[in-house]
Amino acid sequence: MSRSEELYNAILEGNAKRAHAATEVAIAAGVQPMDLISGSMVPAMDEVGRLFEAEEYFVPELLLAGRAMRSALDLLRPLMTASGEKLATRVVIGTVKGDLHDIGKNIVGSMLEGSGFEVIDLGTDVSPEKFVAAVEQQKPQVVCMSALLTVTMPAMKTTVDALTNAGLRNQVKVLIGGAPVTMQYAKEIGADGYSESASGAVGLVRSLLTNA
Amino acid sequence: MHKTTMDERVRQYSALAIPSQEQLLYGVCPHPLECGLGLTIGGGQVFPEVNFTLPPMNMTDDTWAEIVAHYDQMAEQILRRAASLGTPGIVLEFELLPLMTERPEWGAEITRLLKRHLKTYHDKHHLACALRVTPTDIRDQLKPPLMRSGEAWERLRQSLETCADAGADILSIESVGGKEVHDQALMFGDFPGIVFALGVLAPRDMSWLWGEIRDICAARSGVVCGGDSACGFANTAMQLAHQKMLPEVLAAVVRAMSAVRSLAAFEQGAVGPSKDCAYEGPVIKAITGYPISMEGKSASCAHFSPLGNIAAAMCDLWSNESVQNVRLLSGNAPEVFTELLSYDCRLMNTAAASAGGALQMRDWMTDSDEWLSPQAAVLSPDATIRIASAIVAADTPYTRTIAAGRAAVDLLKDGIGKGKLHISRKEQQWLTRIDDALDALPKDGETLMQELETQYGGLYDKASYGL
Repeated sequence: MSRSEELYNAILEGNAKRAHAATEVAIAAGVQPMDLISGSMVPAMDEVGRLFEAEEYFVPELLLAGRAMRSALDLLRPLMTASGEKLATRVVIGTVKGDLHDIGKNIVGSMLEGSGFEVIDLGTDVSPEKFVAAVEQQKPQVVCMSALLTVTMPAMKTTVDALTNAGLRNQVKVLIGGAPVTMQYAKEIGADGYSESASGAVGLVRSLLTNA
Repeated sequence: MHKTTMDERVRQYSALAIPSQEQLLYGVCPHPLECGLGLTIGGGQVFPEVNFTLPPMNMTDDTWAEIVAHYDQMAEQILRRAASLGTPGIVLEFELLPLMTERPEWGAEITRLLKRHLKTYHDKHHLACALRVTPTDIRDQLKPPLMRSGEAWERLRQSLETCADAGADILSIESVGGKEVHDQALMFGDFPGIVFALGVLAPRDMSWLWGEIRDICAARSGVVCGGDSACGFANTAMQLAHQKMLPEVLAAVVRAMSAVRSLAAFEQGAVGPSKDCAYEGPVIKAITGYPISMEGKSASCAHFSPLGNIAAAMCDLWSNESVQNVRLLSGNAPEVFTELLSYDCRLMNTAAASAGGALQMRDWMTDSDEWLSPQAAVLSPDATIRIASAIVAADTPYTRTIAAGRAAVDLLKDGIGKGKLHISRKEQQWLTRIDDALDALPKDGETLMQELETQYGGLYDKASYGL
């Protein structure tokens, strides 16, 4: 495993241009994509996560680091596809039907992406049918649902039921979140987990996949 | 498509209606508002504004009767509790849920029901009262959102009209023009993007939308053109700051700058009260002289704020923001919060009844919070006058937004310099970054728009902003 300090620091500082350039240099030098990911990118994002947890970084620093990492990944993806390597765990995320609130959902999505997950954002007001279709087509390991309104929370249960009826429920872990949502509600509707914070959601995804 | 100029306003405020902080008190304002059933807001007393919502449940044709029953119960219990306490006046706020706005007949049905309850209590108990109705701004369904045309706007317009016809005394909205850019800029801490959203896009949408609402109100008798809230902008920043996701200093500066887009409603004919969650309300009150609604410690049922007492210092209505109809020991939550608000208001009004009492009470509420958070520091009467003065001294929404931001930064720096405000090293770095970013902004909004075209041009529909 080789480490590009330049790439590591560029991600830590959220400098996308520098991260892109450092990746080009490393590729030209013959560094393997997976070595760059595991040697520089993942450690950098782990450090970003640590700084965020320590309240040294705010979300903007976190997102800029994620953006820098993606600019590097954009260069690596074609190389990895060509060599048949898989990138990461895939997560489908969306705000449930009838609900237009998306800030919390966006932060969770960005933090997951910054932590190395591949995130497919379905947006807001996402119907159960759309969640089902996304699971069928994208084959994610995780589905995350958000709701901010008490009257849209029930759409989470409808979506879980729709996944069950489509025979897809056992293929994915289902996580829910949002201001009115509780762990109790997650249990009631048969979700696999609930988090009250975005950073908690990342840890929850990791632990659910580890224990799967 | 009607194209607006970069700065299209019916009236422009160039001076403060309340020029000194000694005159900026709760319960009184230069232009008290008579509305509803015998209620005068800003005429000497603070009244509760109670907001309430449903517990977790589906909203469908099948559950509609149950939903109506919830509103029936909430209205009866709130008003019964208010009457029991001898509350002299009250405002009920009905914030429509998105589906109630999409189906205007649903919003109208609840409006009629609530108004019927208010009339009963007014007739039987002489309770002065009014009904504020706030449809949801559903125009942001598409990406980029269509703000001035399309199905969502038509539904929203119908909702405003049918609610006005059904008995709304005050029409309000928490509009979202510019939010599609602001959300991204805020999350990335991109200050020019934030200024572009708050100082260029949002005021343009506010001017257009509030022109429409003004016309809807003017076409009907007794419907007041209320006010807006920068909830989707500044309260988003406040909540993210509370969760340590954004710097508090950024949230404080965003709050001050957001007053300019909220002021645009009043430039188009709004007369208050501005929305409860518009913490920028004191600046609006100082500039326009119209009454405001505020929320703080008694809205902790809905969300955290570091502004619990200071938010009441200049209010004319005092709100709980929102509470679900769930059972508590002494009754259901909406009636419980009616009691809390009633006692809050009674204390403020009792203090105001004695000579100098309102000023003393206001200053105690200010002093309790002012320097414990950058967000509270920009909400004091002194800060309000400084920010409001900076706004009216500038000409365009864009330059006013920058002026408000500059005033807020200077206030925070003053507080830090005097040893009153203590912030972390990280917050200090952000304050310096914001300070530098303000200095680096171009002189006019058009130039900023061009500079940010690559970054944000794909997020908003230019025609929706008359561009």
